[in-house]
Amino acid sequence: MATLNINGKAVTIEGEDDTPLLWAIRDHVGLTGTKYGCGIAQCGACTVHVDGVATRSCVVTVGALGEEQKIVTIEGLGAERPHPVQEAWAELDVAQCGYCQVGMMMASAALLARNPNPSDDEIRAEITNICRCGTYQRVLAGVKLAAARMPNRG
Amino acid sequence: MTKFSRRGFLAGTSVVAGAFTFGFSFPLARAQGIAGSEVTAWVVIQPDEAVIIRIARAEMGQGSLTGLAQLVAEELDCDWDKVRFELVKPGENRRRRRVWRDMATGGSRAIRGSQEYLRQGGATARAMLVRAAAEGWGVDPAQLTVAKGVITDAASGRTTTYGAVAAAAMQVAAPATVTLKDPRDWKIAGRPLKRLDTRDKLDGTLVYGVDLKLPGMLVAVPRACPVHGGKLVSFNADAVRAMPGVRHVLKVDDETVAIVADNFWRAKTALDELPVVWDEGPGAKASSATIAAMLKEGLSAETPFVGNRAGDAMAVLAKATKVIEAEYSYPYQNHAPMEVLAATARWTPERCDVWAPTQVAEAALEAVVAASGLAPEACEVNVMRIGGSFGRRLATDYVTMAVRIARQVPGVPVKMMWTREEDMAQGRFHPVTRCRLRASVGADGTIEALHMRIAGQSIGAYARPEAVAKSGDPAVFQGLNQGGAEGAFGYAVPNLLIDFAMRNPHVRPGYWRGVNLNHNAIYVECFIDELAHAAGADPLAFRRKLLAGSPRHLAVFDAVGQGIGWDKPAATGVHRGIAQIMGFGSYVAAAAEVSVTGGKLRIHRIVAATDPGHVVNPQQVEAQIVGSFVYGLSAALHGECTVRDGRIEQQNFDTYEVMRLDEMPVVEVILKPSGGFWGGVGEPTIAVAAPAVLNAVFAARGKRVRDLPLKNISLGTA
Repeated sequence: MATLNINGKAVTIEGEDDTPLLWAIRDHVGLTGTKYGCGIAQCGACTVHVDGVATRSCVVTVGALGEEQKIVTIEGLGAERPHPVQEAWAELDVAQCGYCQVGMMMASAALLARNPNPSDDEIRAEITNICRCGTYQRVLAGVKLAAARMPNRG
Repeated sequence: MTKFSRRGFLAGTSVVAGAFTFGFSFPLARAQGIAGSEVTAWVVIQPDEAVIIRIARAEMGQGSLTGLAQLVAEELDCDWDKVRFELVKPGENRRRRRVWRDMATGGSRAIRGSQEYLRQGGATARAMLVRAAAEGWGVDPAQLTVAKGVITDAASGRTTTYGAVAAAAMQVAAPATVTLKDPRDWKIAGRPLKRLDTRDKLDGTLVYGVDLKLPGMLVAVPRACPVHGGKLVSFNADAVRAMPGVRHVLKVDDETVAIVADNFWRAKTALDELPVVWDEGPGAKASSATIAAMLKEGLSAETPFVGNRAGDAMAVLAKATKVIEAEYSYPYQNHAPMEVLAATARWTPERCDVWAPTQVAEAALEAVVAASGLAPEACEVNVMRIGGSFGRRLATDYVTMAVRIARQVPGVPVKMMWTREEDMAQGRFHPVTRCRLRASVGADGTIEALHMRIAGQSIGAYARPEAVAKSGDPAVFQGLNQGGAEGAFGYAVPNLLIDFAMRNPHVRPGYWRGVNLNHNAIYVECFIDELAHAAGADPLAFRRKLLAGSPRHLAVFDAVGQGIGWDKPAATGVHRGIAQIMGFGSYVAAAAEVSVTGGKLRIHRIVAATDPGHVVNPQQVEAQIVGSFVYGLSAALHGECTVRDGRIEQQNFDTYEVMRLDEMPVVEVILKPSGGFWGGVGEPTIAVAAPAVLNAVFAARGKRVRDLPLKNISLGTA
């Protein structure tokens, strides 16, 4: 049993400590926006933020996390108002099937928090999530549009 | 009142209350339970002017849902901002004598296969709404006009709305015939409108097959014999029964065991510990090498199965002073959609309800009926939107499995969900083929004779045996036929023989996005490039001469030649390749610019052109074409499923690698709809992705790559 801080709320996970965070979020907390794609940190569909860092939740166990670490999922990212990444994704119709896009947006939001004005090469290198529909060209455009719109852009 | 059930959250996408609006307006009528009027089977109109368009084809990301709605809305003359969609259920379609017709979605047919009756459905609804207004006013319907769902009688200055007359329109007799608009007059169709199905993909609220939750639901994780055709002999349930959350350990069918637990992770954890004994069967002796040998034998075997013939290629080649010959191969590929296979079933002795993403809802219902032992009226499939499919869910194996599991846990909803590893092991793989090509080129720079022998696997022999002749499967000639929508061979070759020797290994094949066109285009377009090189001709000029009698092939080919700037030299170190093909009813071409530096390939830029006859949503067609390069180049660069001890070796994305953003070239799309026919767009471009790049790689290093994927080839400087 572990207590986690997910989207600003303390949540007790009634499961084994070796349960991956992904499955705790999906099956114990009931937030299914975070997706399973591979289970081995390859595809990024399960990306969440842990203290602001894009993290592949399928390979982090709940036992390895503490209550002081702030976990944010897609449901938390746009809870108050849509994140600029979500707005850019809507404006450019980035998503095709959409399954990987939550992870893409979480990875992109974390990148922009760290690097408000990334170059094309930085985006290409840092967004390593898999999309099988092939939305990469619009993902790249979406990150740049969101960067241009970030409110606290310096 | 509409008779169509709209209860339950799966009935549509609409109106999930939330903070996420993105500035879209979405009427709240349905959330408030206000019924609508079904004017035609495709069109439901609500009093608040919301227009609900029924969608019978699967949406798996390809965007046809929006295009299909545009076609209905165009003829309906409704307000696009008020349009929402609702997914049809196959049991309902059956009950209503297939009023929504074919629900299958494959072969890039969603739009081209239904555009006519959808437009008619919209036009019929329009006529009925106008007649209802005219009868209300006591005027001739011919004097009324419609714009954005507002009906106007110019003579009297009166107006009304679709929402106001929809209930009355249901009582109006449908017109016997309707006249469809000339596409040149389209206002909604033909425009780059945004997708209707985006919002819930961006806030995480879209419920995919793997996300479904029902009260009291359990989760099943299956494992089938890793060697296709093998059998389940035994398993030791006692070894895992006491593990956390485990409820049942079940035999699903002759080759599959499953653990049913209270959640996925616990089921998977127990399955990993479950001792299982398999009888792997004769397939266990197979390897990639034995399969290659089986196919190679077919390259020179006698075969009666001819796809395209002109003149006497064999006689001309026998006499030719110089015959150019090459052998190519294409490996197994897995669909690897991001959403793993899943389906939920609840079985009781009286009824079976299934929730499933599927490309073939009616076939899925048939599978449910067969597996449930119940009458068709007692079964339904709640169709879900799909997290990528690419042909994998044209098979219904996973639907059958979900029902067979649920039947052993009566009354309890069971969500069956595969691991990625199971998805990799139990794919329906892009078939393996090899091809030997032999040709002679005349002094005038044209091809005198060409023999193309394909040896390999038929998808149809496994997936549709009833449709495949003993000697072969006509679908294997996609893109190589004399004519027809499924791919007319564009080149003029006076002596031509294209034949096929069917060799079917034990690995189960399936319809993988692009299907047979993928390898056929590589074989033809790379070999034509070889012939151009052997003739000392420019690859573009060489093809242009051969395509002179195929103006639509030539038009897209010329477009990419111009787009890439073929007549001007490329930047230093950058090399070009070009390819064209016809398939899925459309004409496609691509030109690529690549560099090979220090053994590393970089694809810089691709120009693609498509003539699909008509374009319903240009920005979605563009998305399909750009995405086609990701799918096609993922396979060309990285993709191969190899066989060892009868099983597929690659188990996840660490060994079945796919293209990511760092490898994505800039793709420029040219749409050249020439009208007069309807072609598909989801698949054909995949076929030109690989040969355009392979031809550019040849230009860069002067050596041909004839076996994929490129990751196996050392591109070190020669």
